[in-house]
Amino acid sequence: MRKLPGLLAGGVVAAAMTAAGGASADETNLPSIDGVTLQTRVEAPEGHPLTEIISGFEFRTKETQALELDDFNNPGFLMVELGEEAWSTVEGSAGKSCESCHGDASESMRGVRAAMPKWNEAAGRPFTLENQINACRTEQMGAEEWKWESDAMLGMTAYVGLQSRGMPVKVDIESGEMRKWWEKGKELYHTRFGQLDMACANCHESNYGNYIRADLLSQGQSNGFPTYRLKWQKMGSLHRRFKGCMDNIRAKAFKRGSDEFVALEAYLAWRGQGLSVETPAVRN
Amino acid sequence: MNITRRQALALGAGAAVVTMTALPRLSLADTDAVKAAIDAMAGGATPEVANVTLTAPEIAENGNTVPITVAIDSPMTDDDYVTDVTILAAGNPSPGVATFHFTPMSGSAEATTRMRLAKTQDVIAVAKTSTGKVYMDRKTVKVTIGGCGG
Amino acid sequence: MAKAKPRVKVPKSADKDEVITIKTLISHKMESGQRKDKDGNPIPRQIINKFTCEFNGKPVFSCDLEPAISANPYLEFSAKVPESGVFTFTWLDDDGSVYSTESKIKVN
Repeated sequence: MRKLPGLLAGGVVAAAMTAAGGASADETNLPSIDGVTLQTRVEAPEGHPLTEIISGFEFRTKETQALELDDFNNPGFLMVELGEEAWSTVEGSAGKSCESCHGDASESMRGVRAAMPKWNEAAGRPFTLENQINACRTEQMGAEEWKWESDAMLGMTAYVGLQSRGMPVKVDIESGEMRKWWEKGKELYHTRFGQLDMACANCHESNYGNYIRADLLSQGQSNGFPTYRLKWQKMGSLHRRFKGCMDNIRAKAFKRGSDEFVALEAYLAWRGQGLSVETPAVRN
Repeated sequence: MNITRRQALALGAGAAVVTMTALPRLSLADTDAVKAAIDAMAGGATPEVANVTLTAPEIAENGNTVPITVAIDSPMTDDDYVTDVTILAAGNPSPGVATFHFTPMSGSAEATTRMRLAKTQDVIAVAKTSTGKVYMDRKTVKVTIGGCGG
Repeated sequence: MAKAKPRVKVPKSADKDEVITIKTLISHKMESGQRKDKDGNPIPRQIINKFTCEFNGKPVFSCDLEPAISANPYLEFSAKVPESGVFTFTWLDDDGSVYSTESKIKVN
């Protein structure tokens, strides 16, 4: 956690920000990237804890939004290009690349990110995109696993994710034992952790749109990951973001790729259903 | 001569007023390093606050990546063009950010980059032309300190 | 990141003497020299310190960069295009590495 100035200073900045940024409700003027419209606000279905599902995009200033809306200005594309190169690079004992099996990513990978995490019957657990990529690498290619937060993994999840950009997030929580993982994720979302004794829901369900000191709280949606964060000056995974939140509430964070974070990812994907995939999004 | 604490304070205040009068449009708060960097561009003269437009967000969401654009009004011909523009961050540990070098081939004296700001502060642009003119602009950028930015 | 990777955006064609916009981005951590590692030792500075753009061998624009430039340095500027030719972009790293790329443009 960074050193913070007095509460008063934070309050002044917060007041000033209300006028400059924040969510705007202009339904008729949706953001788009190269003709692909982004649904950044969708009505929540019945039984959903929110009335309106809102992308983190809507909580950012126009300068940050502008970075996401232009693929050249978006520094996340440095990673996308890395992934694109890796897609057709042969690796491992089987002498295969991703392309050997999956061909043109723009066709074969369309919709994949939007449906993650997804129940994997063989593994008997849900697969995140990272899990799926590593399963392909070890089982099909005879290659080494990539580390969760490695540039190689971020590049590939960004490149594969981009193929679903603009498509609605739609996770299937009824297949296999997904419901159990969803339940676990829901429980984690509402469990208070750490010295600050806070749950995800305290900020991202009960207080989105409000300021925590100088930060405008979003709904904590996952539709833009992996995301280029201005703070990181780098692209990062959803699990890195989870860890950041847990560090800040002074909790002992779960590990990237842990069952806890995979369950939380499954629950969050369900909470964000209908929002457009924005990978690679740009956030503060 | 004995000077009481009260008198010393009064003298200090007087000096401050004099400085303010002598350097209109320059901030009192500028450190020696910032003044030296401006002087290095201006050759000791006081830059005219004109012709330079510095565009930066009023509030930066994160100080690690702040977009800035500088544009100078200039014909950009072989006889009269902007040669150099220095960007300074008055409140950073070291004020230098970038120096742009233009040529008549640049077509226009405009550039955009992204910079790091350690805290809320003034960003300054000082521009020099081939005819020896020096112009400047400054803009305050508020940098929000995250409450829980993760 | 293992090696710096440049990206440039230059129009494919332009009218004679048109002023075009050029965008450049390069992957680089821009280690400022102000940070410390987990053991409290200062991390040495390593940045891209210079960028140049030439057209058919003639200087168009250049920039000296300081550690206050964000990671993955982005530069946007303009250029006048008097004839068909090649833009050459070069980035210099503190460690002596030189990264460069080229873009062709055709004058209509």
